[in-house]
Amino acid sequence: MSATIVDLEETTTAKPRRARGRWGDRLLYGYTWLIIVWLCLPIAVMIAFGFNDTKGRLNLTWQGFTFKWYAQLFSVPDLTTALVNSLTIALIATLGSAVLGTLIGLALGRYRFRGQGSLNLVQFAAISAPETVMGASLLSFFVQLNVGRGYWTIVVAHIMFSLSFVAVTVRSRVLTLDPAIDEAARDLGAGGWTAFRLVTLPMIFPAVLAGSLLAFALSIDDFIITSFNSGSTLTFPLWIWGAQKNGLPPQVNVMGTLIFAAGILLAVGNAVIARRRR
Amino acid sequence: MRRRLAPYALILPGGLWLAIFFVVPMVVMLSFSLMQGDVVNGFRLTWHWQNYSEGLSTYDSQLIRSLIYGVLATVACIVLAYPVAYWIAFRGGARKTTYLFLILLPFFVSFVLRTFSWKFLLADDGIVLSPLKDIGLLPQDFHVIATGFAVVAGLTYNYLPFMVLPIYVALERVDPKLIEAAQDLYAAPTQAFLRVVFPLSLPGVFAGVLMTFVPVSADYVNSTVLGGTNNTMIGNIIQNLYLVNTDYPQAAALSFTLMAILLIGIFLYAKALGTEDVLEVATR
Repeated sequence: MSATIVDLEETTTAKPRRARGRWGDRLLYGYTWLIIVWLCLPIAVMIAFGFNDTKGRLNLTWQGFTFKWYAQLFSVPDLTTALVNSLTIALIATLGSAVLGTLIGLALGRYRFRGQGSLNLVQFAAISAPETVMGASLLSFFVQLNVGRGYWTIVVAHIMFSLSFVAVTVRSRVLTLDPAIDEAARDLGAGGWTAFRLVTLPMIFPAVLAGSLLAFALSIDDFIITSFNSGSTLTFPLWIWGAQKNGLPPQVNVMGTLIFAAGILLAVGNAVIARRRR
Repeated sequence: MRRRLAPYALILPGGLWLAIFFVVPMVVMLSFSLMQGDVVNGFRLTWHWQNYSEGLSTYDSQLIRSLIYGVLATVACIVLAYPVAYWIAFRGGARKTTYLFLILLPFFVSFVLRTFSWKFLLADDGIVLSPLKDIGLLPQDFHVIATGFAVVAGLTYNYLPFMVLPIYVALERVDPKLIEAAQDLYAAPTQAFLRVVFPLSLPGVFAGVLMTFVPVSADYVNSTVLGGTNNTMIGNIIQNLYLVNTDYPQAAALSFTLMAILLIGIFLYAKALGTEDVLEVATR
């Protein structure tokens, strides 16, 4: 008797399908983790070899665990200069693109105006054009004008390629806002600037912050456009590029690890703050 | 009147910046591509269209290789990214954001540094290959670095998150009720996927292709680090002509050729997919 019941249950179509679905899910779950491990493998290697007790400049085989590279982080002077360049350029470029991008984002989200289409087109082109082409064209421009390449041409380039990302982020936030709130502030006697500072800015601030973080990340990581317009100034990625023929010193791994850790802290912090606001 | 001028005042600084440092340089490069001369004697605009034909005939193999690598890496990205995006969108549950964050983790490490890290991992006597050689699983002269495979793998690695994200966003928007409806109408799970879910995710795949194919085809970091001297791409040539040979006209002509080919490729692909307006998808 009991055997027939089991038989009956097994012949219903629902059960095998669900079982297959569960197997498929498990397979996909395992696969997703495999991809995540693959994505993180080079990062793990980078972090690990920052703790490698190597004797010379070469950092190729595991020699034992040490903290000494963290203590001697700034003992390669050119590398330190390159890192400082990267950080200050990223900071200036972020501020610049945050201001310019936010203004564009406000205009695109709040108004309909003639020329909007072409502005969108230019921004789309600036986001999706190949970096090699953008770097090359900007270099052509500087060559034509006889402008020497260096620190400030890198800043100019970084503001150029990141401001559209800020604008797009801010625009999508502005589109969700009720224009009546801004009008209400004006009806209550607030001037344009006061209404912006006290009403609009606090509402769009999460988007401005997210856009700025993106701009910072794009700037500090950029290699291709920077390499075209850097002259003899070196940033962190450019220094690594030039130094790799002689082997990368462990300090590079340590700096990479610290940037990685700082980035994660910022991103997680931003997410936590955003969640709390909601 | 003030209201009407307000948007223009807002876009003025950023718009000017984009005009001066993005649009004008493109025009300058276009004029460079039709010039003749050298750095010492200066360049003069002579409408020298031969820059294009000479560029195409001299560097055709690198150009073709770039497009082949671009297509291979893009296809590999779609195949690898789709199941991940699917699983996170439909089975990620409360941890969706965490999984996406893990997928984006590589972006917190410099692109150049990550690529060098792969070179280190896959070196001929490195930590992956040398144990396999020692136990006899691989022949002693087996190598990965300096092959086309290494370049395509590196490109796929570096751009995979750009493919996962848009596909995820598209899948996330698919209403689960549609899948239920398909099943109520007796669609098998595979049919429900092929006829309902997959078509709805195509805009995401399209956005992903846009975000990977263009930068991948123009990249020169992966081919330099992982490809050695026999797998140079067109980006290597452009960079070299600009920064080493200072042959600006030839380099400019090649840059425009590359961009034109990529644009045509994207538009043909959009047509094939039946996307009416590329911009609409891209700016959404």
